[in-house]
Amino acid sequence: MTTAPVANGDTRRRRLPSIAYLLLLPGMAWLGFFFIIPLVTLVQMSLQSGSFVEGYTFTAEFSNFPEAIGDYSAWFIRSFMYSGIATVLALIIGYPLAYTIAFRAGRFKYLLVTLVVAPFFASFLVRTIAWTSILSDTGIVVSVLRSVGILGAQDHLLATPLAVICGLTYNFLPFMILPIFLSLDRLDISMVDAAEDLYASAFSAFRKVTFPLSLPGVVAGTLLTFIPAAGDFINAQLLGNSSSLMVGNVIDSQFLRVLDYPTAAALSVTLMILIIVPVSIYVRKTSSGELV
Amino acid sequence: MRSLSRVQAYIGRHLVVVAGALTLGFMMLPITVVIAFSFNDPSGRYNFTWSQFTTDNWTNVCGVAGMCDGVMLSLKIALLSTLVATILGTLMAFALVRYQFKAKSTSNVLVLLPMTMPEVVLGASLLTLFVNLKMQLGFTTILLAHIMFCLSFVVVTVRARLAGLDSRLEEAAADLYATKWRTFRRVTLPLVMPGIAAAALLSFALSFDDFIITNFNSGSDVTFPVFVWGAAKRGVPPQVNVIATIMFLVAISSVAVGQYIAYQRRRSAAAR
Repeated sequence: MTTAPVANGDTRRRRLPSIAYLLLLPGMAWLGFFFIIPLVTLVQMSLQSGSFVEGYTFTAEFSNFPEAIGDYSAWFIRSFMYSGIATVLALIIGYPLAYTIAFRAGRFKYLLVTLVVAPFFASFLVRTIAWTSILSDTGIVVSVLRSVGILGAQDHLLATPLAVICGLTYNFLPFMILPIFLSLDRLDISMVDAAEDLYASAFSAFRKVTFPLSLPGVVAGTLLTFIPAAGDFINAQLLGNSSSLMVGNVIDSQFLRVLDYPTAAALSVTLMILIIVPVSIYVRKTSSGELV
Repeated sequence: MRSLSRVQAYIGRHLVVVAGALTLGFMMLPITVVIAFSFNDPSGRYNFTWSQFTTDNWTNVCGVAGMCDGVMLSLKIALLSTLVATILGTLMAFALVRYQFKAKSTSNVLVLLPMTMPEVVLGASLLTLFVNLKMQLGFTTILLAHIMFCLSFVVVTVRARLAGLDSRLEEAAADLYATKWRTFRRVTLPLVMPGIAAAALLSFALSFDDFIITNFNSGSDVTFPVFVWGAAKRGVPPQVNVIATIMFLVAISSVAVGQYIAYQRRRSAAAR
């Protein structure tokens, strides 16, 4: 290998690929052992039968799947409904903030980015629990809504599906805002100016120029919000009631309390497939896969 | 009436800013409540309603049985997993940006995959592995799991920084007869350092705060989030809010320090 500098740039193609494999090896081994192999053991466990006391054995028990899906279809539907609504809400309320930070914040831009990111560093659980005091019957939100007449005296916010959706929207909002902000921030503002010079109204300039250019951010943001929200069980547990539980709650309790490992594993595999299939179709349809 | 329509026009023009401000308020509300209720002296077991101002929770943080042990355990795990994940992830990022090799696109996908899985699936699958291996759940299994999910975030963060790096700076060093190692140590590494620091900060925060994956693999060990989850059922002590407030302040100040250093660098670079 020569050390002579290459005038036109790319020295990297001349480096030995064996060094690359050496650099990759420890990390890849880690991912292989603690990410790929666990997925294999998960699938394997989803096809086992038996009981916790006598031990589970692999019997290619494919009937675990229809049984688990049949028993818990309502939980699956709720998971996808709540996380879908939360994703749409996060997009609707997150986009204006991302836009404001990118184009209207001036020198406060990075202060605002810090404010968006910072709560994410303070305990997820404690912040979710804070919603219980915000939405509780003695809290200000309920008393205002009751005095205005939107909520009746017997209506609550806490322990309702609404509270769960609110919690999901809140918790994953930074994942929506940041990618949208990043793609808006990269956007060449002269393209928007050009549209307005050509007598496009502010709204149609946004619709035809700004929004399409921010689409990669929107796609990344919806994925980063939807995926964790669909698997979440913290919000449903802390802010919901027994009839607003999601599939994450079932997986959690089947694994850790009921100890029915095959059913729990079958539910996990199903959740994974139900998320991966629409997500990959969505990514195909919206972009050419140049995400992250 | 005229002033009213002027107000309307103003709002119309600034509608997006108003909406953005409302969203920011929505995002700031819970953390404000968390901070405020760290100064509350709850009348019952539940720290939900405001009763009285006190600083007792701050002066007596470890007064709650088991909480500070949980914080210590979380700190230990977060430090170790950040260390390992940052080293392994940085090496991977270098390989993925700086080299051409056959398995490159497969490697890129493999690195991203854990980030596209819901945490329950990651946690549950690791549990099935540890059950199969008959491993005792606890400190080791938590650590192994945390390093795994931090790794992807480190690679993505460092890779972004490396990809945006101006390779002409390294070529200049090579032109000036710097050895490869010297170029790396004096030019490449300092330029990539902000990315590595950001990645380390991110993994520390992710590890310290993780509940879902930890919940599956912690056995009887209690990290801070596991403690909070258990406490949520019987009433969360206000000291938990103190810890969350401290985490928030540490995060804000480390970001602020980072920005300040970057600002100083830019200034001294401009002065030169």
